[in-house]
Amino acid sequence: MITTIISIITAVLIFAGALLTLVASIGVLRLPDVYTRSHAASKSATLGIMFILLGACLYFFQKEGIFNSRLILAIAFIFLTSPVAGQLIIRSAYNRNIPMTDMTIRDDLKTAKMKSTDLE
Amino acid sequence: MFQLIMNASLLIVSISTIIFIYRVIKGPTTPDRVVALDAIGINLVAITAILSVVLNTSAFLEVILLIGILAFIGTIAFSKYLEKGVIIDHDNDNN
Repeated sequence: MITTIISIITAVLIFAGALLTLVASIGVLRLPDVYTRSHAASKSATLGIMFILLGACLYFFQKEGIFNSRLILAIAFIFLTSPVAGQLIIRSAYNRNIPMTDMTIRDDLKTAKMKSTDLE
Repeated sequence: MFQLIMNASLLIVSISTIIFIYRVIKGPTTPDRVVALDAIGINLVAITAILSVVLNTSAFLEVILLIGILAFIGTIAFSKYLEKGVIIDHDNDNN
C-alpha cells in the first residue's frame, strides 16, 4: 500500500518536473531577448530539476529505505547555484550593452549608472 | 505504468534539450548561447536522474553532483570572460 502511494507521488513529481523543463525550453525558444530568456531558463529549469531530483530521492527511499544524501546535496546545490549563474551571465550581458527588446519601457539600472557618473 | 511515465518524462526532457540546442545554434548573441548551455547542463542532470530511476540503480548519483558543479563553474567562467576579457586576473594589476 505504502509502496503504491510512494510510486504514485514519485511518478507525479518526475512528470511535473519534466513538464516544467519543457515550459522553460519553450520560454527560451519564444521570448524576445536574452534577459527574458534567462528569466525563463533559470526559474523554470531550476524548479523542474528540483522536482525531478525529489522524485528520484523518493524512489530510492522506497527502494533502499534511506534518503540518499547525494541527491539531497544535489538539490541544495542546484537550488543555490543556478540563480547565481543566471544573475552573473545577465550582468555580463548588460555590461556588454546587449540590446533589450523594443517593448522595454523602463531601465532603472541605466538611470542609476548615469546618476553615479554625474556625481563623480 | 510507472515505467511508461518514466519513459515519457525522459522523452519530454529530451525534446526540451533539443529546443535548447536550437537556441545554442541560432541565438543571436553570446549570452543567449551561454544561458542555453547552462540549461542544457541542468537538463543533463535531469536525464541522469530519470535514467537511474529507469535502470533501477543508484550507481550514477555521483554523476548528478558532478554535472551540476561543472555546469556552474563553466557558466561562471564564461560570464567572467564576457565581462572582463580574462577569467583569472592577477593581483596588483590595477591599471
